[in-house]
Amino acid sequence: MAMPTLASLGPRELRARLRGPGLRLQTGPFVTCIRSPLAPLADTLAAMYADYPVLDDGALADFHVRLSGPTGLRRLVRPQVHFHYDGMAPFQPLPLDQAFPMFEWAMNWCVSSQAHSWLVIHAAVIERGGVAAILPAPPGSGKSTLCAALVNRGWRLLSDELTLVRLDDGLIDPLPRPVSLKNASIGIIRDYAPDAALTRPVADTVKGTVAHMRASGDSVARAAEAAAPAWIVFPKWQAGAAAELTPVARAPAHMRLAENAFNYSLLGEAGFQAVGRLVDDARTFDFRYGVLDDAVAVFEQLLRERT
Amino acid sequence: MKPQPLLLQALRAPAAMARFGERDWDLLLRQALASNLAATLGLLAEEAGVLAAVPERARRRLGWARTVWERHLKAVDFELRQIGRALRETGLPVILLKGTAYAAAGLPAGAGRLFSDVDLLVPKERLADVESVLMLHGWAGTHLDDYDQRYYREWMHELPPMQHMRRASVVDVHHTILPETAAVRPDPARLRAAARAIPGREGLYTLAPCDMVLHSAVHLFSEGEYHHGLRDLFDLHRLLCHFGAAPGFWAALPERARELELERPLCYALRYCTRLLGTPVPAAVLDAARGGAPNPALLALMDALFLRALQPPHPSCADAFDGAARAALYIRGNWLRMPPLMLSRHLFHKAFLSPKAEPAQ
Repeated sequence: MAMPTLASLGPRELRARLRGPGLRLQTGPFVTCIRSPLAPLADTLAAMYADYPVLDDGALADFHVRLSGPTGLRRLVRPQVHFHYDGMAPFQPLPLDQAFPMFEWAMNWCVSSQAHSWLVIHAAVIERGGVAAILPAPPGSGKSTLCAALVNRGWRLLSDELTLVRLDDGLIDPLPRPVSLKNASIGIIRDYAPDAALTRPVADTVKGTVAHMRASGDSVARAAEAAAPAWIVFPKWQAGAAAELTPVARAPAHMRLAENAFNYSLLGEAGFQAVGRLVDDARTFDFRYGVLDDAVAVFEQLLRERT
Repeated sequence: MKPQPLLLQALRAPAAMARFGERDWDLLLRQALASNLAATLGLLAEEAGVLAAVPERARRRLGWARTVWERHLKAVDFELRQIGRALRETGLPVILLKGTAYAAAGLPAGAGRLFSDVDLLVPKERLADVESVLMLHGWAGTHLDDYDQRYYREWMHELPPMQHMRRASVVDVHHTILPETAAVRPDPARLRAAARAIPGREGLYTLAPCDMVLHSAVHLFSEGEYHHGLRDLFDLHRLLCHFGAAPGFWAALPERARELELERPLCYALRYCTRLLGTPVPAAVLDAARGGAPNPALLALMDALFLRALQPPHPSCADAFDGAARAALYIRGNWLRMPPLMLSRHLFHKAFLSPKAEPAQ
């Protein structure tokens, strides 16, 4: 039996749930109960999450979040959006037009701070032919741009920010959600994939100007299909650089993956084993690139070498 | 009458969790997370043999909390070994208090419990030695402004918290269990004299069973901040259930409370444990402890305050008077800490003269 999707609710029911008992939205292995009276947020959710399953009111949610708008005089002067995690306020409020970016960051925080049945790595991850490439990288390395390009050229999006590595068998569980693009990347991806659905860019966030790109219908429909890690690629965009892969030895690969994992030390031995298995099973590279088409060709070459 | 919050039902009778459906668990988990009791709840379900009846998504959530607790235990264990090593040269027994003691002694009250600081009890005349030894081993004093230094060193029952420079772990060194400025001042020498070595943990001690209960009670019922109220009440429940099984404990408890002038907190502890958590306290002990109760009017007021503040700190458990009750207890907590004139001076200083903390990022 197919579960209803967010689009099937229709805009009225969507708003009623957001204002009332909460919208129970399934993203990958998680169910989040979302409440918010903000109409623009409802519209962006409708556009970015149309194909995602929604559960009914009695269903158990992993996370309970609420985004509320300004009250009183704050409505008139620099209105702000507040994020509440079940009654707690873990973050400072942001300007009201940043409601959707705040929602996305908060969703990442819910998972990275709590979902300890996985090793959670700060990395994009994509799949093709049943195998996955993990792209861990600090902000500014061009990770999301590369990820957005690849998923518009035949790769399936597993996640743009959070790679969920199962602790028992080392497979990666998908968490497909919108891809976050920053500053120059927004125009680059618009030119590179004119059909991609992007939100309106929001200026002056802590990360500069931000827009989100919708995950493809295929990646959302296949959110329960896990993938085996085959490559770990640390990308670095550099103007004018030729696309080039440099192998990374296992020990430094282990250290660098551990640095990028949110819960490596919290998981203790299980975290050590999970990273160890990853660097055993996957080939690790540093990857420098200057042009997206060349980068995509390198990934296709990696795939051909396997088959 | 309003039914008890799900979390209280589960803490009272863990087997009841087998009857909860998805909708119940959705709320129960939220109440438990807000009360810092999620890991405890999972361990209780396991102990009661009902974990298999818990919906899968809720079981997974309990597992996440358990992972955090297991990591916490390992970290505490490591810190205790470091502290034990540092203090060996003082020749003092390392007497652990509260959560640290429950964890180190493997008591049921420690199951699932997280805490932020390691609490120690040492003789007042040895404070300077202990402080300098800890400093040599990497723990540095915090709260460095002159006013805070005076507040801790002259008025309180502990040194300013000491934080390790590399690991950021915090040690609170106490010389007694209530502030120097409070009206009641139980003799800490009696507590230290009765302390018990923890089997298998060289140099580490807990207070004696009765004293552990009384310290937990005096701490909870002279607090000003009740965000962990239910968690601390559940500590008392578990201590009473555990020690209550040993011969002689119940007979000794009211007697010890009298010796230490802690009859009032014991009365509150037994009253609210039995009311909210159904703790099996023998009738004779309840009778004996009733001597510590305040006059009926004050008791009715305290009921109105504590029966609210000891609920899970979650919106689903709050009534219209919840905020007022917590505010009143905040004032009471400070009132008990020091005489009124001193308190007003202290609050004035904190409000207008102390440097402001940096806003959180």
